Amino acid sequence: MADKNTLNRLGSVETDEKFSLQPTEKKNYWRRLGRLSFHDVLGWTVIPVLMIIVVILVYTQLLLPIEPGSMEANMLGSYEIGFKRVMDAAAEHIRLIIVSTLLAIAVGVPAGILITRQGFRDFSGLILGVANIGQSVPSIAILAIFMGILGLGFKTAIFALWLYALLPIVRNTAIGIEEVDPNIIEAATGMGMTNRQILLQIELPLAFPVMFAGIRTAAVINVGTAALGAFIGAGGLGTFIIAGIPLMRDRLILVGAILTAVIAILVDWILGKVQDRLVVPTATG
Amino acid sequence: MIQFENVTKIYHGTSSPAVENLTFTIPTGEICTIVGPSGCGKTTTMKMVNRLIEPTDGEIYVLDERGEMRNVLEIDPILLRRSIGYIIQQIGLFPHRTILENIGTVPQLLGWDEVRIRRRAEELLEMMNMPLEFLDRYPHELSGGQRQRIGVARGMATDPPVMLMDEPFGAVDPINRNLLQNEFLRLQQEIRKTILFVTHDINEAIKMGDKIAILNVGGILEQYDSPANILSHPANEFIEDFVGADRSLKRLNLIRVEDVMDKRPVLIQTTQSVEEATNLMSEIDLRFAYVVDADRRLKGYVRSRDMKGKTGWVDELVEPAAAAIRLGTSLRDALSEMLMVDYTSVCVIDDQERVRGLIDNQMIQKAVIESQTAAGEEGG
Repeated sequence: MADKNTLNRLGSVETDEKFSLQPTEKKNYWRRLGRLSFHDVLGWTVIPVLMIIVVILVYTQLLLPIEPGSMEANMLGSYEIGFKRVMDAAAEHIRLIIVSTLLAIAVGVPAGILITRQGFRDFSGLILGVANIGQSVPSIAILAIFMGILGLGFKTAIFALWLYALLPIVRNTAIGIEEVDPNIIEAATGMGMTNRQILLQIELPLAFPVMFAGIRTAAVINVGTAALGAFIGAGGLGTFIIAGIPLMRDRLILVGAILTAVIAILVDWILGKVQDRLVVPTATG
Repeated sequence: MIQFENVTKIYHGTSSPAVENLTFTIPTGEICTIVGPSGCGKTTTMKMVNRLIEPTDGEIYVLDERGEMRNVLEIDPILLRRSIGYIIQQIGLFPHRTILENIGTVPQLLGWDEVRIRRRAEELLEMMNMPLEFLDRYPHELSGGQRQRIGVARGMATDPPVMLMDEPFGAVDPINRNLLQNEFLRLQQEIRKTILFVTHDINEAIKMGDKIAILNVGGILEQYDSPANILSHPANEFIEDFVGADRSLKRLNLIRVEDVMDKRPVLIQTTQSVEEATNLMSEIDLRFAYVVDADRRLKGYVRSRDMKGKTGWVDELVEPAAAAIRLGTSLRDALSEMLMVDYTSVCVIDDQERVRGLIDNQMIQKAVIESQTAAGEEGG
């Protein structure tokens, strides 16, 4: 009994201390480092280490030279799938994701804000509905449709990916803003903040976690969708997959598929870490 | 001063008014509580003062910091709101901003520099008896009562002459609410703001208000008067019902313990011998007495039967007191405290925990009877 009491007391002291130290903790980097738990260390290392192992496996087991003049070589327009070639494709893939996601943020966030403004609220259902339809059309169909309009290549792929990433960003921006406690908005209005000040100083910072989650989702979805870009000659890791399928060369398919998955996992992981960093603790309890 | 003149509000799409032809004046430096059943338009009334809601008809005047009466409808709403303190029900602190930034909201909007904002925030925390290290904390790191105090501090940041409070103590437990009410009343003695205070609790309205405005459904002002007059002379049946049958008990809200307490009670010193104490108590036939130290700080109590036949010093026999009442507490709260711990008398202490007096059942009863006869005479 006595032991249990001591334990309880120790437990509560620890949480109290953690509580009161929160502001200083932020400033004192070394102290934070000293407090890193096993859990933190795992969180920072497991994913990158696993991904490095996977990439090494791909490199050693799958990247074999291709016979000159073979069908694989013709299909890929090259005589080998060496390290450089794969890296170029991966870089292209990442470029597709970054450009399309940035464009989607540039349009999606303002659109999301707009549909929460008075006067536009009535249209929010309509806009989200249209975006929803866009989302439910299969990505390959979107590519096909816009290939007819915009032609082959990088631009068409960017457009399709942009359209695809738009919905989660618009929706989460709008939801994030709408979920801000109306009492907080009322207090801000009552103290004489202008609508613009309320948006920039109150609504957006408080909506940020939800908005960022939307951006994260959009980016991860785009990694997979970007693999389809190869169908319309936009390059990326999809090139290996669509070369491998008709030839039934598992090796090629695996290189493309595994590396696409690695990028998706890394994008999610990196954005998750960024999110942890940027979000101010605002427990409302 | 806040002045309503024939103010009516009819919400869009409804035919019956939410507030009808309201005319009353809140004198400078007084708290006016607005109370009434739900749907009586009390919050609407308040929000029309800083134009969160625009009146359909009528005028509202507010005395500004230069001492001029100004029609709120002729002031830019943004500037108007910055000049009026606003404290709301759920506190509405910004969770992503520190306490300093929260308190500094309006000063920052008015373009104060950082040093001035910090100095003012420190001053306010001191006024609220809160430690300065709170300034760098976030709202979720504070307790409910502390957040509520910060909410009040934020409303007073620029020292506005007029403040609007919408159930400002509604989000805390009854014990904390009582504490906050007492603190605020004490503060109001110094700051003397003109305050429009919305509540749904008639006891709070009686306790906090210099004047009470009781509204009926549809925003009809049924009575506007001092709490004492409303309790002794309810204008009509509605008021009688609303105030409740226990009017004489509610009158206890209006009397403070210091008005009726025994300011020179018999107290035992911890340094006295048991014999000395027993003699003192038997002389005036006391079965029990409170014990204080050299600084008059309350240590507990002793019973004469415990001391019978004992020797030594009093402080060996002291039992801790389960309750003591602070100066400024209303008789109603004092009585409920006494009933809760089952004491017939309790000490009245000041902020330094020093005993300033003693109050017992009989004193409370006497006060009730006196106030009833006083009210009767006033009426006749």
